[in-house]
Amino acid sequence: MIQKRKIAAAAVAATFLAATAASAEVQLRFECAQDGNECDTMMTIFKQFEAKHPDIKVKMDLVPYKAILENLPVDLAAGTGPDLAKVTDLGGLHKYYLDLSPYVEKTYWEDNFGKTLDWYRAGPQDKGIYGLQTQLTITGAFVNKTLFDQANVALPGKDATWDDWAKASREVAKATGTRYPMAMDRSGHRFAGLAIPYGATYFDADGNPELNDPGFAAASKQFVAWNADGTMDRNVWAGQGGTSYADATKEFVNGELVFYYSGSWQIQKFADQIGDAFDWEVVPAPCGPAGPGHCSGMPGGSGVVGFKSTKHPKEVAELLNYLAQPDNYAMLEAKSLNIPANATVAKAGVKYEGATPGAAKALNAFSAQVPTISPVGYAYQGYKNNRAMFNITVTRLTQAIVGELSLTEALDRMSADLKQAVNAAQ
Amino acid sequence: MTAFLTRTRGRKRLHWTDWMAYAYLTLGVLLMFGPVLWLVLSSFKTERELQNYPPRLLPYVQKMETVPGYDKPLPIYKVTAGPLAGQEVAQIRRIGLISQVVKPSDPKTVLKVPFKDRKAVEHVALATSNYSKLFERFNFFRFFYNSTFITVMATLITLLVNSMAAFALSKYQFRGRGLVMALIIGTLMIPPTVVLVPLFLIVRDFGMIDSLWGVIIPGAATPTGVFLLRQYMLTIPDEILDAARMDKASEWKIYWRIILPLSAPAIAVLAILSIMWRWNDFLWPLIALQKQENFTLQLALNSFRGEFTTDWASLLAMTVLTLVPIVVVFAFLQKYIATGIASTGGK
Amino acid sequence: MLSLITPLMQIIEWPMRALQRILGPRKLAWVFLLPNLFLFGFFTFLPVILNFFYATTGSDHILLEDRPYVGMRNFDELMNCTSYLDPNSCQIDLFWRAVHNTLWFIVLQVGFMVFFSMTTALILNRKIRARGFFRAVFFFPVLLSPVVVALVWKWILQDQGALNAVLDHFGLQTVNWMLSPTWAFAWSVFISVWFHMGFYTLILLAGLQSIPRDVYEAAAMDAASPWRVFRKITLPLLMPTMVVVLVLSLIKGVQTFDEVYAFTGGGPGSATTLVIQFIYQNGFAGAPRLFGLASAASILVAIVLIALTAVQLWITRRNANG
Repeated sequence: MIQKRKIAAAAVAATFLAATAASAEVQLRFECAQDGNECDTMMTIFKQFEAKHPDIKVKMDLVPYKAILENLPVDLAAGTGPDLAKVTDLGGLHKYYLDLSPYVEKTYWEDNFGKTLDWYRAGPQDKGIYGLQTQLTITGAFVNKTLFDQANVALPGKDATWDDWAKASREVAKATGTRYPMAMDRSGHRFAGLAIPYGATYFDADGNPELNDPGFAAASKQFVAWNADGTMDRNVWAGQGGTSYADATKEFVNGELVFYYSGSWQIQKFADQIGDAFDWEVVPAPCGPAGPGHCSGMPGGSGVVGFKSTKHPKEVAELLNYLAQPDNYAMLEAKSLNIPANATVAKAGVKYEGATPGAAKALNAFSAQVPTISPVGYAYQGYKNNRAMFNITVTRLTQAIVGELSLTEALDRMSADLKQAVNAAQ
Repeated sequence: MTAFLTRTRGRKRLHWTDWMAYAYLTLGVLLMFGPVLWLVLSSFKTERELQNYPPRLLPYVQKMETVPGYDKPLPIYKVTAGPLAGQEVAQIRRIGLISQVVKPSDPKTVLKVPFKDRKAVEHVALATSNYSKLFERFNFFRFFYNSTFITVMATLITLLVNSMAAFALSKYQFRGRGLVMALIIGTLMIPPTVVLVPLFLIVRDFGMIDSLWGVIIPGAATPTGVFLLRQYMLTIPDEILDAARMDKASEWKIYWRIILPLSAPAIAVLAILSIMWRWNDFLWPLIALQKQENFTLQLALNSFRGEFTTDWASLLAMTVLTLVPIVVVFAFLQKYIATGIASTGGK
Repeated sequence: MLSLITPLMQIIEWPMRALQRILGPRKLAWVFLLPNLFLFGFFTFLPVILNFFYATTGSDHILLEDRPYVGMRNFDELMNCTSYLDPNSCQIDLFWRAVHNTLWFIVLQVGFMVFFSMTTALILNRKIRARGFFRAVFFFPVLLSPVVVALVWKWILQDQGALNAVLDHFGLQTVNWMLSPTWAFAWSVFISVWFHMGFYTLILLAGLQSIPRDVYEAAAMDAASPWRVFRKITLPLLMPTMVVVLVLSLIKGVQTFDEVYAFTGGGPGSATTLVIQFIYQNGFAGAPRLFGLASAASILVAIVLIALTAVQLWITRRNANG
């Protein structure tokens, strides 16, 4: 009896001790949504971090992307947010970010993450460090090389314009009986990959956002025309409405599409799903009508940020700093098949793990395009209301494509919508 | 099937209306069940097969064969033209527009076949790994427990609270009754999406964010439930209640001894609906729950939806798994829908 | 289960008996109502009230205390039209496009919904074989999530979908359903009826049980035609349940969103954009979130709904009396 009671007492004491030990330990909650294995890979790196810092534990909450986009801002405003999260609305959430600069080596971050740091900042005068770009994406074109071979059409070269590609794609589609010559994801972000080469500036001389500059209008006109004459797969844009996203992955993977304008995040999927069915390639960024020098993709991606509301700013910063170190960062990019945003890592080159030769080649092709990205692309990606601009572009341009509005009306509506959005966001 | 359908009941022949009824039901099965069945079948497809365009009914995979001299199994193709036409060959590699193939019977001789003259040989196979992966990937049973707890507790509370309110609103004359009823129906008019954020802030102030109770409590007093039960209780004759009151039964006893059993069909319907709502609820748990250990099946299921891509193979497999329990519950509860006044011979 | 409930109910009976003695049987109604009213008040009614505050404030802040008061500006913007019949003449044209679409949508959807769920309920209420199976079949779609519903119907209706394959097989003209505004709209109505029909069928099925069997037996003696039996017995006796179905199908019809949004995204263009999609895209998916505009739109919708429901109730009541 006494024996039993002693054991019980010991057990109670043990649990009590365990409880106090647990409370001394810092737990960081990390909210993450993934397309491939980005979050899982980050967690493997965080596990290494935990091994070095036994008093810090990272718990990941794997959520639907919808939660990051729609609920995280509500949580942050209500003060119930996580300690850190992987976000995509980089500029829009700025007011909740934790400034890491007091805790990390600033020069290392500045030297290595240079341009992407701006995307998390409030403006040019802001010198804080807020986010770690873990996934740098760039929009670009994939072609079905086998179809070109079958049609005996040469791939347009390095300085080929959008128009050259349209011509070649139509020719290939016709010769091979392929259903769709070209397609572009239904996204205002992807559309910028067409508009910027056409001369879109997205901001006026005073730096105010606009969606009706001559370049943008010219690109819109061209895009509507391509949708009307069957050059573009109409199902993608015209088959949808509002701001909803649509892609042409199915069509491309099944060999029904010659030229697909999407982005670097597709590589893994293409490698897995196309397999041996045909050869595909990433081609250099198509140029605008003005020719060479006007060829650029649109950058984008996601990053991990800490939030001001965290009770453990130091630990959050330490964790992010650990992930930002060249070895760890390289491992993350290698395993999740992403283009590095870290200069040191980019210079050394990433040895992609488990990537087929085709996928590795495609990733390197995209990496090579990073230096050619136009400053407009960087500015647009870093603008805090860019999501509003993406949404407006998609909604209104589709209305022009299906004929609900004329192109002029659509452009006017875009300006009005943008004005309303900017006013509300102030 | 035909024999089963045409079997007549008792001595009577089938009336023409019976024929119409069965015709309608057959069409219904095709239209209502067909797409559902296709979804279930598709949950056994590989991700590649799900991306197939145009989509196919059955889950196919390419035939693979181990050929001596090659480490990995090789994909099998049927040659459609040329000297090898009609034969099955294993492809070693493809270079440009030419496939290098061997005959499985003669693995030494490498042959060349134009790329467009070959067709993949496929057979039906179930990708059960869609299902097994789910259990490896995350703590399925934790989510299952959370969903079950929420569903059971919420349904019990909903049934009790709503039936009490419906009883009051259908069987008593009191001042303010019309107003209460109008308010209850009136709130239905505001779409639930709009009130999510205000509701979130209120639940936060109650300190119920990130707890299962924060999911259970807010939806318990459903206006639909009160409305449904109240309308059903209106059809129960007041004489039954008066007779019970003569026997000195307390109001509470009248409620649970008389009204509840007589409302069994409506209660069963509300139970089914409440279980379904709670089990499938997505928007509110998504905002009210934050820690993964509190997640429900629907939240876990939707985490297969990323920014650019959706892992449909896993999502469909999980959808089918989450459907199973609720279908079983439905099969059990639907019997009670048919046990109303009619079959108990209440009056 | 029942063995658990009975003792519980008996325990509650003690305080309830005491309350009945103090309050009297009439006021006891409030006691029955109280738990529901408490939950309803805090978690259903209060959010709706807060919604009014959002509608009269601006900016993209989420917390009410951060939001500046703007009066009726959100309503004014929504109502700013030269002609309500031409969405292009409105400041917020997409709202009016959505309103027009929604009006058409509910006329069709509510009509088909009531007709098909009634027919199905009547048939499922007959003495048929495998009744449980058939009930389950019609209820199955209700159990699916909107995303999955949209997925399977896209397989069927897309450019190279199952339906076009069937049409092609029989040598018929194929149609790119998703690209035609009219067809996309028609299919959206169809899918939403397909999706929700089981819900109303179930409610009606329960309602049919409340009709005593002897009434039908009497009618059978008089050799009344099935149509006459339906009009003179079933329908009037089913009226309380019918009211539920009519009111709910109207309200939920106006609030249709998920399945259509997942199916067409509101397209082509804005051909299937319904009013809740407008609210969702402005208040939630939008960037910045125009909560004020979304809340104002929801209130306008609610006002119209209240009016429509009142008319509906008035008509059913008149018919029931007449």
